[in-house]
Amino acid sequence: MNFPKNLMYTKTHEWVLFAEDGSAAVGITDYAQDQLGDLVFVNLPEKGDPVTAGESFADVESVKAVSDVLSPVTGEVAEINELLADEPQRMNQAPYDSWFVKVQNITDRAELMDAEAYQAYTASC
Amino acid sequence: MKLIFEKGRPGRGTDYLGPCDVPGIEIGGAKRERPLRLPEVSESEVDRHYSLLARHTHGVNDGFYPLGSCTMKYNPAVNEYAASLPGFTQVHPLQEADTAAGCREVCRRLEGMLCEITGMDDMSLQPAAGAHGEFTGLLLIKAYHRAMGHTGRNKILVPDSAHGTNPASASMAGFEVVSIASDENGFVDLAALQAAVGEDTAGLMLTNPNTVGLFDPQILEITRIVHEAGGLNYYDGANLNAIMGIARPGDMGFDVVHLNLHKTFSTPHGGGGPGSGPSGCKHFLSPFLPGKDTPESIGNVRSFGGNFLVAVRALAYLMTIGREGVPDAAKHAVLNANYMRVKLADLFPMAYDRICMHEFVMSLEKLKEETGVSALDAAKAMLDHGIHPPTMYFPLIVHEALMVEPTETETRETLDEAVEVLRGIWQAAHDDPERLHLLPRTTPVRRPDEVSAARNPRIRYDFEAVRG
Repeated sequence: MNFPKNLMYTKTHEWVLFAEDGSAAVGITDYAQDQLGDLVFVNLPEKGDPVTAGESFADVESVKAVSDVLSPVTGEVAEINELLADEPQRMNQAPYDSWFVKVQNITDRAELMDAEAYQAYTASC
Repeated sequence: MKLIFEKGRPGRGTDYLGPCDVPGIEIGGAKRERPLRLPEVSESEVDRHYSLLARHTHGVNDGFYPLGSCTMKYNPAVNEYAASLPGFTQVHPLQEADTAAGCREVCRRLEGMLCEITGMDDMSLQPAAGAHGEFTGLLLIKAYHRAMGHTGRNKILVPDSAHGTNPASASMAGFEVVSIASDENGFVDLAALQAAVGEDTAGLMLTNPNTVGLFDPQILEITRIVHEAGGLNYYDGANLNAIMGIARPGDMGFDVVHLNLHKTFSTPHGGGGPGSGPSGCKHFLSPFLPGKDTPESIGNVRSFGGNFLVAVRALAYLMTIGREGVPDAAKHAVLNANYMRVKLADLFPMAYDRICMHEFVMSLEKLKEETGVSALDAAKAMLDHGIHPPTMYFPLIVHEALMVEPTETETRETLDEAVEVLRGIWQAAHDDPERLHLLPRTTPVRRPDEVSAARNPRIRYDFEAVRG
């Protein structure tokens, strides 16, 4: 299981990467993709949509179930990762390269953990 | 196997039946531009095609079918006898009402019995399936709040252990869905419920016993909290088999229910026949029921009286087992589930290790960690023993879940055999885990590639690809 040090994590297994320009990329963690199993579909918001920290902004579907993906930040969707629509397996193969959305105009963030704290948290799940 | 479109040849058909002697007419503007592409096959080809399909499936009549939450109980033959009587089959819904009094009596009696079992005051047999019944019940709640001028009540509370159809039905009915957490025992978290209710609460949807097979002992508290906040309580009848004839949703504080005749009342399930999901309610919601001649009625949710022959089968079942048989069925369903649970608990940790109702949930998380054999692998392995797998990966709050519901109609030998099969799979997982990833070996279709099927669905026949 991989826990990159440059990312921040939520209790609901999303990762967020803050860029220098103040925007943030958001995806689901290695632990999340492992628990969900083979992902077959992702439902993403549209560019310009508002997202709210702690609230669902996307959902992912595996052969087992559909799960909400919660936003780690409050802001506005600047960009969506179109590649995931055609190749959902990317979320399994490279969860940390498979950002769902990039968020700009960030005004708030959910409770976030660093890699070490998140790793300890997943061990207790 | 070949699809039916890949059988036969152009021009082939059957000549057992004479040519159609009804003259054709043309409906203005609605004429097809090209003929319908129907299979051109002989009667024997059709017959063999469906027999082959039947051999590719597994029904209650083929073997044990402990599919949790689906109540795959045996469908008694006497139900089919009743449903095949000409008085029930040779009728038309538009014939004069006084020439079909017997059929109306079937519906009236069945409604009466279902009201008695659920503690409701009125019932509609129109909804054609469980989720349809849910949708109908939610429309009753919506119509009630509208009639009362409660314009702000637009949220339906649903526990996180609920069937996926609950939030889906609520959403379809135009409500916003609020998920309520379960506590560590698998019950509704009262604090979370208390925090979620308010002036925007339209109602709560609850399955009791819930999807982990436990009867929520706080049920009166739960329904009181929702009522005091001004909401209504909706009972999902999916698990009624555990309590029928013993406890009644109407006495627990529920205002609306739906039942699944194809689960609890022994009518065919799934492809075996159409379903039926009657909606029941208390007096104050009665004017809103579908099919009622009242200004408040939500209108028809299906034509005429619903799937009538399913109602005939359910009535035949209830009249066969009688007043004493109804609670007996529930008690034996609970007994059978607990019998299997206790015989498996040492190898398969139970998600909630206590006396269960009609079903129980095992977690194979430990087995997966130790051997790599998942709930999916174990389920597939059962197919080689002629057993339909339990429900997998549900409820979502339990990891690597297998949800087992034996029902009351299985013998002790069948339960013992299934226990031995599961224990054998546990042993095989430790001896040779790689082999389990390759099962089943003996079924007509081995392990379908579910991932490719979901990522690249081919859901309609491609004529051009085949015929060029």
